[in-house]
Amino acid sequence: MSHGNMNLTLKIWRQNSGSEPGQLVTYPVKDISPDMSFLEMFDVLNEQLVAKNESPIVFDHDCREGICGMCSMVINGRAHGPKTGITTCQLHMRSFKDGDTIVVEPWRAQAFPVIKDLTVDRSSFERIQAKGGFISVNTGTAQDANCLPIPKDDADASFNAAACIGCGACVATCKNASAMLFVAAKVSQFALLPQGKVEATTRVKNMVAQMDAEGFGSCTNTSACEVECPKGISLENIARMNREYLVANCVD
Amino acid sequence: MSNSSSSFLKSSLGKKFIMGFTGLFLISFLVVHVCINACIYFNDNGETFNMAAGFMANNIIIKVVEVGLFLGIIAHIVQALVISMHNSKARPQKYAVQNQAVSSKWYSRSMGLLGTLLLMFLIVHLANFWVPTKLALYGENAKFVGYNVPDGFAGMKENPFEALKTVFANPIIVTVYLLGLVSLFYHLLHGFQSAFQSFGLNHKNYTPFIKSLGFWYSLLICLLFASMPITLFLGLIK
Repeated sequence: MSHGNMNLTLKIWRQNSGSEPGQLVTYPVKDISPDMSFLEMFDVLNEQLVAKNESPIVFDHDCREGICGMCSMVINGRAHGPKTGITTCQLHMRSFKDGDTIVVEPWRAQAFPVIKDLTVDRSSFERIQAKGGFISVNTGTAQDANCLPIPKDDADASFNAAACIGCGACVATCKNASAMLFVAAKVSQFALLPQGKVEATTRVKNMVAQMDAEGFGSCTNTSACEVECPKGISLENIARMNREYLVANCVD
Repeated sequence: MSNSSSSFLKSSLGKKFIMGFTGLFLISFLVVHVCINACIYFNDNGETFNMAAGFMANNIIIKVVEVGLFLGIIAHIVQALVISMHNSKARPQKYAVQNQAVSSKWYSRSMGLLGTLLLMFLIVHLANFWVPTKLALYGENAKFVGYNVPDGFAGMKENPFEALKTVFANPIIVTVYLLGLVSLFYHLLHGFQSAFQSFGLNHKNYTPFIKSLGFWYSLLICLLFASMPITLFLGLIK
């Protein structure tokens, strides 16, 4: 074992399919470099499992640079592990100590059924998006700069909301498995811009209706989602959506 | 609008709006309640307190508002049950390990538990004061349902202050009240600012003010309420 490397005990949720019961299975891993990412540590473990002719652990991952939002893992009871403002692929093994036991579970929500092991089906988010998370008016060719004046603060707030990568950490963290932060971000990014105002009332009503239909819980304002969001989406977005929803139901 | 308003009230956002609205209504009632209580601090053998309590018991407007108050409490409880039942279905498979303490305050996650404790306290509280007051006011009817006004309550109509002293002479009741107020403090601490968020009022300039107002409101209201059984139990108020 080279200097600083770690031996760890992993307890990982294994579940063959959504219709079968799952369980935590213990795997010892040896000689893990502190410079590895959490997912690289999983790669090492999976190579060992394959070599032993065992089924590798299925987990979602894509870009491995913190922008795709795929790497859904609840690590020791926290979405994306012990650090804030990062996804699992940005978590490094130096955040753990030699001899640690690490429990890894999938996102848990009625609306995120387990496909296999740590992979969950997040298409409920896609269906919410499809109900209005876009602009359908023809905005024509790009205008000259400054033809459509937008206050800097609004542009910034809209951009910050648009930074949501739809990873679902908000749902995984929320005690009620509520999707409010995700939906609020998607509503807000348009609500703040003139292009988005045209369809603002139908957008928020349809997206909220779909959110409720998918079986997400309701928001109880604990603000846990905001803390665990890798992109720092603010609770102000949830308030904005509450506002938009109230207005939409009054005028429309 | 009619179609829209029914779908609004059925939505998860609309339900939270009702929770916040009824919650703030009950919060406004607590201010009135604590002001009446504070009349004992005139320390005039309960004269001012009895006058205020008499007004609350007999004024026709207060009687109408009282009905609204009970409707508000019932709406708050029913809506909480509906939301909780919906929420309990949102995560059928629980986490084996969950570290919630790092991302949220315990009382913000325990509003249902705190609310249940408050309801239990409320039942004790109503049985201590509200029921005997009504029975004393409409005493003849009480015998009809076979209820005997317990010792110390018979004077509820003429001298509620004396009845108050009788109730708070019991250390067990004083303890129950103090525990009830601890529940109230934490319930308000989250509920006050949470209501504004549910209404969509979150602004970098005003939210810090709302949050500190909520904290000081919760603290002051609960301390004032707590001071009443304590001072009466210790005999500091004559």
